[in-house]
Amino acid sequence: MKGFDLLAVLTHPQFSQMLLSGMKMTLIIALGSWILAMSLGFILLVIRMLPLKAADQAVAAYVSYHRNVPTLVQLMLWYFGIANILPNGLQAWLGEHNGEAIFAIVGLGLCQAAYFSEDLRSGFRSIPPGQDEAARALGHSYLGAMAYVLLPQAFRHALPALINHTVSLFKNSSLAMAIGVAELTHAVKEVENLSFRVFEAYLIATSIYLACSLLLMAIGAWLSRDPATMEAS
Amino acid sequence: MLSNMIAIIEDNWLLLLIGQYPNGPLGGIISTLILSVLGIVLAFPLSVLIALARLSRWKLLNWPATALVYIVRGVPLLMLILWVYFLVPLLIGDSVPGFVTMLCTLVIYEGAFLSEIVRGGIIALPTGQMDAARALGHSQFGAMRYVILPQALYNMMPSILSQFVSTIKETTLGYVINVPELTFAASQLNNRLLTKPFEIFAILAIVYFIVCWSLSELANQLEKRIIKQRLGEDQTGMGSLQHGSPQTQGAT
Repeated sequence: MKGFDLLAVLTHPQFSQMLLSGMKMTLIIALGSWILAMSLGFILLVIRMLPLKAADQAVAAYVSYHRNVPTLVQLMLWYFGIANILPNGLQAWLGEHNGEAIFAIVGLGLCQAAYFSEDLRSGFRSIPPGQDEAARALGHSYLGAMAYVLLPQAFRHALPALINHTVSLFKNSSLAMAIGVAELTHAVKEVENLSFRVFEAYLIATSIYLACSLLLMAIGAWLSRDPATMEAS
Repeated sequence: MLSNMIAIIEDNWLLLLIGQYPNGPLGGIISTLILSVLGIVLAFPLSVLIALARLSRWKLLNWPATALVYIVRGVPLLMLILWVYFLVPLLIGDSVPGFVTMLCTLVIYEGAFLSEIVRGGIIALPTGQMDAARALGHSQFGAMRYVILPQALYNMMPSILSQFVSTIKETTLGYVINVPELTFAASQLNNRLLTKPFEIFAILAIVYFIVCWSLSELANQLEKRIIKQRLGEDQTGMGSLQHGSPQTQGAT
């Protein structure tokens, strides 16, 4: 083994380039699947609030599937399984347009949507029914009461859980490596193979992951600080 | 498609159940379950120690434990697996089977997550419990050992069970370092059959779903029972135990 030398990896043009592009891919996947998960989470929540038993059960089944099947297995089912039964034209298009990354975003996004929708739902459940009644009595329409009274409160109640799941979504982006996406963990494995500097490569990647996770946790703590100051803003 | 899936299961159920055993290492779902049970059982004592260290007033205990928990929570499990895969053979001076690598990783990872559950359980107990135990002549350690921990752990049983479900889901990551378990068996099968990836991975997802869903349901039932029991305690005047919300953790 060579002596410990972080700079040998960081200042090497090829290695630093690989790490940077890996980091970029990790951010694209995390951000893309977060946006997908959050929008779908809201849609699932709205569907679940419809006065239809079938809709409620369908969403419950969706949530149950995504919570009880390992995320890696979901990704593999998307990438190896579902990709294979898509129409040929679509398969070819995906092959040309970085299909691995698209499947990673879709797989992670759909999975995390289940968690987000449950977080939001328990946020809603913690609002006393009087809030809705009062908002309606004051002349708000259904949507108005939702947008100005209920949603802001539900969101605040759900915030700690949403932040936790955002951190785990970010960490789960590393699973995309298993289906061949060139994200950070993948890049680190490559750098390790080329440079034989395992310790340095892992240390750099771990620091990056840790810094991002801690940053997310800190943002979460800041957002869910004293509710009184939040109501004023 | 369904008939295909049934045919695949009929032909290969033994591989999915025990892997290539006895001609190779034990694999399949049996290996997944052994790995998860060992992981959580070995992580448990570690998690109690970490939780006590985090609650300790001594900075020498408190800080390293807090740092450990934050590091493990902030780094992807996959990264941790790679570290153990690289460091353990270096420390022991000999190569280590994938199963052991994965087990070591799970013990560290689950230890950190479980410690948060245990800590939550201890904090959720009314402070009167500690005061009363001390007033009755218990030492700090004795009060923790005989009064606080038994109650906290009992209340935390549903959360510990959910953590076990997470552990089962996390063992799938062993696939990346070729640990012989269920996901690995399915991918071997996929490499052999080549033509039916959708069916194989759908079977895989269904098997995990059945196992994890049943255990999650069990955790829910257990939680209901414990809450009911505690309400019963209230009527007999034993005071309520405040229940910390069961910690949910992200998917893996």
